[in-house]
Amino acid sequence: MAMTEKDPVTGRETTGHEWNGIKELNTPIPRVVFVFLGLTFAFSLLWWALMPAWPLGASYTRGLLGADHRQDVSRALGAAQRERAAWTQEMESLPYAEIEARPDLMRVVSESGRRLFGDNCAACHGAEGRGGPGFPDLSAQLWLWGGEPETIEETLRVGINSTHEETRYGQMLAFGRDGMLSRPEIASVISFLRAHAQDVGEPDPRDAQGVEAGGAIFAEQCASCHGEDARGLKTAGAPDLTDGYWLYGGDRATLTRTLVNGRQGHMPHWEERLTLAERRILTLYVLGLKPAEGGPDDS
Amino acid sequence: MAEFHKKIERSTIGFVLAIIGVSSIGGLFEIAPLFTIDDTVEKVADMRVYTPLELAGRNIYIREGCYACHSQMIRTLRDEVERYGPYSLAAESQYDHPMLWGSKRTGPDLARVGGKYSDAWHVAHLVNPRDVVPESNMPRYAFLERKALKVEDLGGHLAAMKAVGVPYDDAMIANAPADAQGQAMPGSLMADQVAARYGDATNIRVFDGQRGVVTEMDALVAYLQILGKLTDAAHRQQQQQAALEAP
Repeated sequence: MAMTEKDPVTGRETTGHEWNGIKELNTPIPRVVFVFLGLTFAFSLLWWALMPAWPLGASYTRGLLGADHRQDVSRALGAAQRERAAWTQEMESLPYAEIEARPDLMRVVSESGRRLFGDNCAACHGAEGRGGPGFPDLSAQLWLWGGEPETIEETLRVGINSTHEETRYGQMLAFGRDGMLSRPEIASVISFLRAHAQDVGEPDPRDAQGVEAGGAIFAEQCASCHGEDARGLKTAGAPDLTDGYWLYGGDRATLTRTLVNGRQGHMPHWEERLTLAERRILTLYVLGLKPAEGGPDDS
Repeated sequence: MAEFHKKIERSTIGFVLAIIGVSSIGGLFEIAPLFTIDDTVEKVADMRVYTPLELAGRNIYIREGCYACHSQMIRTLRDEVERYGPYSLAAESQYDHPMLWGSKRTGPDLARVGGKYSDAWHVAHLVNPRDVVPESNMPRYAFLERKALKVEDLGGHLAAMKAVGVPYDDAMIANAPADAQGQAMPGSLMADQVAARYGDATNIRVFDGQRGVVTEMDALVAYLQILGKLTDAAHRQQQQQAALEAP
């Protein structure tokens, strides 16, 4: 093959290939490419020495810099913790009344609280804490287990009907399914409840039937948890049935489902997931939630 | 060098072999040694396996493409650890075949979602995500609630997992269909068997709120509720590291 043929214009050799009379110049690779290639190789030699690089059977070279992502993140977390130590300790140890009197701590509550609430609570209770069917409206400030900060803190710690060993436990019995009340009896209890609650939404023609009989059944079956006056019992997590707030719904169909099948809501426990300071921040944050002006839900 | 190149370029098979050889260098040095390095997968004693119902849920998770929008990998970054919990360890997905670490988050990471929300929330959210999270753009999966779970072939799924190293025993494989149903039927004889075979810490509940029928919703919620709960190793590691960092 004629490798020595020279192109008369550039003076370079051709590759010797020919395509329909067109010949290719055998231009060498520019020197700068070799320079950068060399630099890259040199850098890799340096990097092999500095960073974890070479496998050695069951182990590997650790590198002179001792780089370790797990250590890096632990360090970053430790630094963040020290930065926050100024207020985490006070947040954990001071009584709630003192925290509420301190504007600097309450600023942490509103800033960190919003973030914590969004990451952990908003999925069920809504971004503004207004809840939904089955998930309590926290902004209404009506508390099943009591509205003192210590009580809310405990609910956050152990949850309700959760997998925590010390969980709060509350259950609405399945009066219909378990045969404790017949359908007509359930209907009269519902009439009684709707006659005494502040807000029942749409009136229903059946509401007038069996109010008195329902009252008698209520006193016998329901009052032990919900109280003689139906205002609930905070130690049992039994809701006030007169305040017009219905967790699952106050219409006859929903109330029938509640009485027939019972209810047992589930609030997860947060002792493992959130620190004491974070749970106390959330306690004060939810106590500061305000109901929507005008309408309920996602204004 | 030029002569060698000229020669190899003109031999088709030789050139193909050379290309394969060169392009596998990265893999040989970056992937192959992981199989011999001791601490690639941390050894954890309390690792448990997925129950048949959870494995069925995992299959639904894959079938519906959940991994396309949800990762299961908390990286070693401060903001991720503060939001989701301790960073993921290799040991935690050692029984995941294939792993579902994902590479993109349209929705949040799910590596530690187990126990974070109630079953009722998961069901409401899967039926229509907008009902509980108004700004969500996740599709609805309401049909899972109406679709009975196919349990007959679960023994085969367990056997396949065993073939790739998940320590299922013969009784687990033989009883997989009954165990899948038992886990969603608390109080039944089958449920007791599930606890006996898979440990008392197993979640035995009516996951989807419908008694007497085991649906795909049961399986998916059971799976979601176990994510991050197969071992406590990540939490232990974080505590150890935190103790080292403490002043």
